[in-house]
Amino acid sequence: MAKMVPVPSNAIIPERDLNKTPILETHHLGIDFGGLTAVDEFSLTVGRTEIAGLIGPNGAGKTTVFNLLTNVYHPTRGAIMLDGKSTARKTTAQVSRMGIARTFQNIRLFSDMSVVDNVKVGLHNSIHQSLFSSVTHLFGYRKSEKQSRDEALELLDFFNMADLAEHQAGSLPYGEQRRLEIARALATHPGIILLDEPAAGMNPSETSELMENIRRIRDNFHIAVMLIEHDMNLVMNVCEGICVLDHGKIIAKGSPEEIKANPAVIEAYLGKKTEA
Amino acid sequence: MNKIKHLNKFTLTNIKSYGLIIIAFAILFPLQSAGMISNSISGQLVPICTYIVMAISLTLTVGFLGELSLGHAGFMSVGAFTGVIAAACFKNLIPQPGLLLLTSIIIGGIFAGIAGLVIGIPVLRLRGDYLAIVTLAFGEIIKNIINCLYVGVDVHGLHVNMLSADALAMENGQLILNGPQGAVGITKLATLGAGVLLILFSLFIVLNLVNSKAGRAVTAIRDNRIAAESVGIGITRYKLTAFIISAVLAGMAGAMYAMNFSTIAAKKFDFNTSILILVFVVLGGMNNIPGTIVATALLYMLPELLRGVADYRMLIYAVILIIVMLVTNSEKAKQLHELAVYKIKNRKTKERGEK
Repeated sequence: MAKMVPVPSNAIIPERDLNKTPILETHHLGIDFGGLTAVDEFSLTVGRTEIAGLIGPNGAGKTTVFNLLTNVYHPTRGAIMLDGKSTARKTTAQVSRMGIARTFQNIRLFSDMSVVDNVKVGLHNSIHQSLFSSVTHLFGYRKSEKQSRDEALELLDFFNMADLAEHQAGSLPYGEQRRLEIARALATHPGIILLDEPAAGMNPSETSELMENIRRIRDNFHIAVMLIEHDMNLVMNVCEGICVLDHGKIIAKGSPEEIKANPAVIEAYLGKKTEA
Repeated sequence: MNKIKHLNKFTLTNIKSYGLIIIAFAILFPLQSAGMISNSISGQLVPICTYIVMAISLTLTVGFLGELSLGHAGFMSVGAFTGVIAAACFKNLIPQPGLLLLTSIIIGGIFAGIAGLVIGIPVLRLRGDYLAIVTLAFGEIIKNIINCLYVGVDVHGLHVNMLSADALAMENGQLILNGPQGAVGITKLATLGAGVLLILFSLFIVLNLVNSKAGRAVTAIRDNRIAAESVGIGITRYKLTAFIISAVLAGMAGAMYAMNFSTIAAKKFDFNTSILILVFVVLGGMNNIPGTIVATALLYMLPELLRGVADYRMLIYAVILIIVMLVTNSEKAKQLHELAVYKIKNRKTKERGEK
């Protein structure tokens, strides 16, 4: 694994990504809901092929950060740069086309559709099929459908799910639904994929398979991965840079070793010694 | 046998839907030509065709897009009256009746599509109940506008006003729309064959759409809007696409419907008609097209068949509706259905084993 370069102020970037435009940059990002500040002063840089972790106690604002990055919420303050371009005033769909993909904490599949169709929906913007060709099934319909099916099956095969292609997505076991959600997100050809608690509800063997998959995603697609996770074993093993959030603010950034030793992090998770 | 097994779900639905219509036509057409169908039923054949088209088009909005529209008769109405006006205008230009019917159906479809666009842009930003309320209002507005519209055609062209027929000031012209009386003096152009062709056309459009990139996007929006957005699908664009296609088909059906009568009033396309179509779709199984076709044909004929018990027919109709709803939705009926399917499958595999 790449050696971490300690960058004191704003960034945690692996050495190999240092000279390239970071895939994701946020500057002093913040959002208020009514009078409540959910996230504040969130500044982070993610390298092009970095596996980054976002951790913090419950209610720290981690999922809110993901919703900000994908423009589900629009930030009250600050800016987001995706691959060097600002995402301000874009819709969620437009931001997705700019190269950010995500999965959800509570799985959101198209559960009535087949597994392969779920991935095909992910391929939506890379398959060229005009509305006219959609309606008539002529003028390149077969070619585009075959292309999308082949590409979808290839992605499913990457996750060892090709044999489940025709199953109904909602009928899959939990772990496979999570994998399918990742496959669908990857189908959008993102530059960065955000995984919201990918290991939630998984047993140890499924979790270690997931860790392997996260590394394979980075190595195969050459993209960045950012994940929210409560499983510290997974985070410390797979992430190169970790950002710790508490009460909507970043309290620590650094390599897994630095985070493990950081007194502020220990305090956020376990409380102060004197209180105990 | 092996080949049939490989056919996917979509192909099967296609075969069932097209087959149903073609078989029904193959039986009914010779009977009608030979005069073996009573007049009252024969007169219902074109309306049934148009209502099947209406139900298929509403399936797109309600079943596949998942939005409750209560103003579908409004689009039918727009199509019907623009279609009638078009037919009257082009009567001398296009003497061939089939071509004239086609022209008026296309024009009816185009105008209904425009109405769909105008309604859809603001409305599709709303969700659930709000959308239902606005579409309901749209249906009523269209009905009331047409109720006070006077349209006539003469050598100078089209005359339109909202005052009275005399105020049109035509020279030997033909009055087409006469306010609350609706369209008058329509040339009856619709035939069973044309109706069946229109059904096949709408089946072609809707079934193709469902199994395509655009169709998957529409279904994805219904299943999970947030996830659909997250993979880069423009929600408004695809909702609008489905809504407009649905409106165009409804307009075409409306034009066909109007061409089956000599006069037709706007109050024919009221809230009750919208609900009637919705009932067909719901009873057919929401996004089950063959089911919707059967439900439409049966439910449309039911009041006709119940004419013998004149006073009570709507009561019986309602009771039958409730029973069908209860039966098709009960767990027991579903279990029985599954059991039957399982037994049939079992028998088939056994037969294959014996061979």
